[in-house]
Amino acid sequence: MSQPQQPLGVRFENIEKRYGSIVGLRGVSLAIASGECVALVGHNGSGKTTLLRVAATLIRPSSGKLAFSSYGNASSEIRRRLSMVAHATMLYEEFTAAENLQLTGQLYGVENSSRRIGELLEHAGLAARRGSLVRTFSRGMRQRLAIARALLTEPSLLLLDEPGTGLDVQGAAWLTDTLRQLRDAGCTILMSLHGRSELAPIATRALRLEAGAVAADSAVAGTVRGVLNSVVP
Amino acid sequence: MSTVRAAAILAAKELRAELRTRELLATTIVFVLVVVVLFSFTFDPTSAESRRFGPGLLWLAFLFAGSLMLQPCFVKEQQNDTISALRLAPIEPFFIFLGKLAANVFFMFLAELLLLPIFAILSNVPVLGVLWQLLLVFLLGSVGIAGLGTALSAISAHARMRELLLPLLLLPALAPVLIASTEATAGLLAETPEFRQQWLGFLVAFDVVFLTATWLFGEYLLEE
Repeated sequence: MSQPQQPLGVRFENIEKRYGSIVGLRGVSLAIASGECVALVGHNGSGKTTLLRVAATLIRPSSGKLAFSSYGNASSEIRRRLSMVAHATMLYEEFTAAENLQLTGQLYGVENSSRRIGELLEHAGLAARRGSLVRTFSRGMRQRLAIARALLTEPSLLLLDEPGTGLDVQGAAWLTDTLRQLRDAGCTILMSLHGRSELAPIATRALRLEAGAVAADSAVAGTVRGVLNSVVP
Repeated sequence: MSTVRAAAILAAKELRAELRTRELLATTIVFVLVVVVLFSFTFDPTSAESRRFGPGLLWLAFLFAGSLMLQPCFVKEQQNDTISALRLAPIEPFFIFLGKLAANVFFMFLAELLLLPIFAILSNVPVLGVLWQLLLVFLLGSVGIAGLGTALSAISAHARMRELLLPLLLLPALAPVLIASTEATAGLLAETPEFRQQWLGFLVAFDVVFLTATWLFGEYLLEE
């Protein structure tokens, strides 16, 4: 797998996000240094997805400031360097696996995209289905392709919303191995996890969200495992 | 990335998706065909009658067909949250809009091209002598309908009653385009054809104003 671009960290400064009377995020302030692999845990509705979408610049916070190391506010250069695997696959079902990746490659201006697409489909175990329409894929295959799409742009900051969704045991092992390699190569990773995820061991830091606020941070107190296990089922 | 290249990539994506599924184009063409045929039964197909009512009916058919086509324009991007993938890409939000607009104009214009000879035959109105001027009016009218319609489609895509909201917003807002297009078409289909430049100028101004507004506020149109 290729090395990511230059490292990219992200800083949330007193971020609030309200949806009418509902508070999605409540004064979140935290800094994620470049190269960190952060696991976000918390119950449903605790604000994990909102935090990831704010970091991806998809949601504008109601108040507070989002800043990226070296770049400050969001810009096309930041978006070029971040990738996201959301809960939905972000794939066009009427396109083939290769066409979905080609579209991403074109929009991001990825060099040698044909070669990269071939490598990534091989890496994701989808090379034999590169010409198949996505609508014929199983949920696990779609998730693998969604992850491959996110990796195509060699991101410096990778945002993952429950990336293990739909993956079988082999798929989960593949994802863990892939993310471990990315982390070791210096890519900043922020991922939301649920339950006892197979991805937990690769996290270098853990955050627990409760009602839109950071309730525990392993960088401040406790261990990664302690914070991960603190989510009462 | 240049505006033209980004918009071309996205327009090509729209065309590829539509040519693969043929959902919108088939529905729209069948709809406009049915409307034009029904109109030809409703009115006496003499040239004078057709010249009087034809342009208005033609543009009403185009408008309804356009609203059919524009409805799923952004809604289909929400199915797998592909709109987020587009918004994450390092391109201006206006390019996303421009790509969709180009594809919508292409589909509308194609439907109009196919329907024009059928209208001419059924309504007994000769169009060959003013064909190029007529196509110019169709193009400018289509850009007006698709321009505003694509923007409103982006806005209504997030709403709960979106199927109802788009026509409600679209029909009154497009009244100026409809009037100008109908007047320009009526001039061209008159017994002594005339090129009513003031209505052409109005259509150009409408298109420029709405494209500029979308360029300025495109980011907000696509926001969650």
